[in-house]
Amino acid sequence: MKMPGARMVLEALKREGVDVVFGLPGGAVLPIYDVLYDFEGLRHILVRQEAAAGHAAEGYARTTGKVGVCLVTSGPAATNLVTALQDAYMDSIPIVAFTGQVPTHLIGNDAFQEADNVGITRPCTKHNFLVKDGKDLGPIIREAFHLAATGRPGPVHVDLPKDVLVKEAEFLWPERIVLRSYNPTYDGHPGQIKRAARALVRSKRPVLYVGGGVISADANGELAELAELLQIPVTTTLMGLGAFPADHALSLGMLGMHGTYFANMAVHHSDVLVAIGARFDDRVTGKVDAFAPGAEIIHIDIDPSSISKNIKVHVPIVGDCRRVLRALVRAVREELGGAAPVPDARRAWHGQVDDWKRRFPLRYEWSDEVIKPQYVIEELSRLTGGDAWMVTGVGQHQMWTAQHYRFRSPRRWCTSGGLGTMGYGLPTAMGVQAADPSRLVVNVDGDGSFAMNSQELATCFTENLPVKTVIINNSGHGMVRQWQRIIYKERYCAIDLPGIPDWVKLAEAYGCVGLRVTRPSEVASAIEKMLSTPAPVVLDVCVDKDECVFPMVPAGGANTDMILAPPTREVRDKAARSQTGF
Amino acid sequence: MQNGQEPRKHTISVLVENKFGVLSRVAGLFSARGYNIESLSVGETLDAAVSRMTIVVRGDEFVIEQVMKQLHKLIDVIKVTDLTDDSHVERELVLIRVNAEPQHRAEILRVADIFRAKVVDVTGMSFVLEATGDEGKLEALIELIRPMGIQELVRTGKVAIARGPKTKARKTEPVKRPRVPEDPRVVGFAD
Repeated sequence: MKMPGARMVLEALKREGVDVVFGLPGGAVLPIYDVLYDFEGLRHILVRQEAAAGHAAEGYARTTGKVGVCLVTSGPAATNLVTALQDAYMDSIPIVAFTGQVPTHLIGNDAFQEADNVGITRPCTKHNFLVKDGKDLGPIIREAFHLAATGRPGPVHVDLPKDVLVKEAEFLWPERIVLRSYNPTYDGHPGQIKRAARALVRSKRPVLYVGGGVISADANGELAELAELLQIPVTTTLMGLGAFPADHALSLGMLGMHGTYFANMAVHHSDVLVAIGARFDDRVTGKVDAFAPGAEIIHIDIDPSSISKNIKVHVPIVGDCRRVLRALVRAVREELGGAAPVPDARRAWHGQVDDWKRRFPLRYEWSDEVIKPQYVIEELSRLTGGDAWMVTGVGQHQMWTAQHYRFRSPRRWCTSGGLGTMGYGLPTAMGVQAADPSRLVVNVDGDGSFAMNSQELATCFTENLPVKTVIINNSGHGMVRQWQRIIYKERYCAIDLPGIPDWVKLAEAYGCVGLRVTRPSEVASAIEKMLSTPAPVVLDVCVDKDECVFPMVPAGGANTDMILAPPTREVRDKAARSQTGF
Repeated sequence: MQNGQEPRKHTISVLVENKFGVLSRVAGLFSARGYNIESLSVGETLDAAVSRMTIVVRGDEFVIEQVMKQLHKLIDVIKVTDLTDDSHVERELVLIRVNAEPQHRAEILRVADIFRAKVVDVTGMSFVLEATGDEGKLEALIELIRPMGIQELVRTGKVAIARGPKTKARKTEPVKRPRVPEDPRVVGFAD
């Protein structure tokens, strides 16, 4: 069937099962918006800045498991989108981003709103396409969705020149996609799985180190089965939160720079460490030479290039986390035969881990005068039953949420892990909300981070997305302040955000509800009020600005060098010396 | 990473889809990850939809493993082979414009002859020599010619092919029907 390229794009989206598109129109994509005018079955959400379209698509993708879609115009719109693409790339989030492009005969002419879109997005996408001919549109879009969702998921970018959108061509829709150069490995090598099973059954001090891969592979059931079968403690990365219930007896919480004491100690002293869908990020390992020094490391990952990239792996298993874990559980059962799954040696290990948990839990000093940010998160966790869809910005509030919110299920947690994109919170929360209007979506943000995309309150209001934002307001860039305090000898520089804007008034200016709380005794009731308001809300929580995130591993330090409390001068000097460029 | 071996040169052969942007994907990968390309050459294969890149890169075992994995991760890359430790033939072509003073002309030609280099351009002032060979041979030739005064030097970068028969994934060209006088395309046999 012949049709203009613009109609093909929407037709293709429909065939891929897309129900929401986040976008912002402009010259080069107007042909698509003209078709969208009376196109049925596709909701378009108009954002206020293009990066927000990308982040919203990420939020949609993370919480639904489907591919998120955004659509923006050429030039500056495409360059604005780049941050979101890189964000999705680093966190392996499947999105397909469409950008407009000047007509093919003007490409390279420095035309109005022209940028080398595919040139710019090449290193920050899994793959990208410039469509030069209308008949390629269908097959390329089909391929783009396939690439985004399969293997290690990631963002795919499709650049659409205006003349391709206008001209009529035959709409081709291949039933099957065959790419001779792209065949991800899904099933793990049976021999390696057997080796891993043997090592686990033999092990005395095993730990499972779980990343976002378990969530994107929907492998949390298999993970719990393995952990419970052999009674192995589980620690998750920032991206892996929710893959294993926080209130489970075997849960160690998060590991790494701001991980729990017991998670880092357990990993450090383990004899078998199984990394599942995680990539030994520097924020997790600290000093690599000192990371799990006595452990035999088993690494399950769908991306071969993640294996032995930072840490030498003894048993690599390339495959889909879910399939590999399923096979691993089977292999463990075979290996066990009639033996007891939890030998006495491992009971001693549990004793040790429990001792660490008891002696060094996450803690903070309570105050009757000033609100402690950790308390806000604890109350949020309690009042939502750990069941809200949680989103954060980037900074201290993000770490406090990761530490203190009791995540119970996967796909309810969105945070910018790899790239650390400030301003990620609100637009991502919009995407999460757009996927299901009945969800309770809470965006915990910082006053610095929230300011970077607060214009999206307008989108929340006009598109009826009742996102609840909690600003952990410490009148400054708290994480930077923390580093300057601990590492840079309190030489505070460029961190103050002295109380403006007035977030309550700002929220109201955008048609949203604004609330403020300044006393610890009012926190719970303010959160309850926020949760029961059926509109977008901004709750401005004025917290102790001197509060730091602990534990903390100074960058370049070993995970055993954690600082657990505000440092003495001696500790500060030591941290300053060990500083190797955060 | 720790305990990698000493860095050395590797010759990596990469089969890629002959698509728009593939060269910049490969080149971009090297610059983004901080690897150094010593040379890179690209050309079509028997299948016009597939190109072959021969990349020479220096690195220890760990770096090379990452290079191979990262190359393979690119969607347009079909196959990646490290030829370094397998039996293979490497060749490079060089064009050298050298001063040809009367007193050196005979010497240059003699050296060229020894190295089976060809003179492809002659003026009263200069020769252009064309030579092929592996790196060692070309370096030796250049060193011998250098004292005469090299004006300009152009090298292609290495191409490489594995030795011995290679049956898997091998494509043979269809046998061409010999032209016969009845064939309307045949005008004469002079060509």
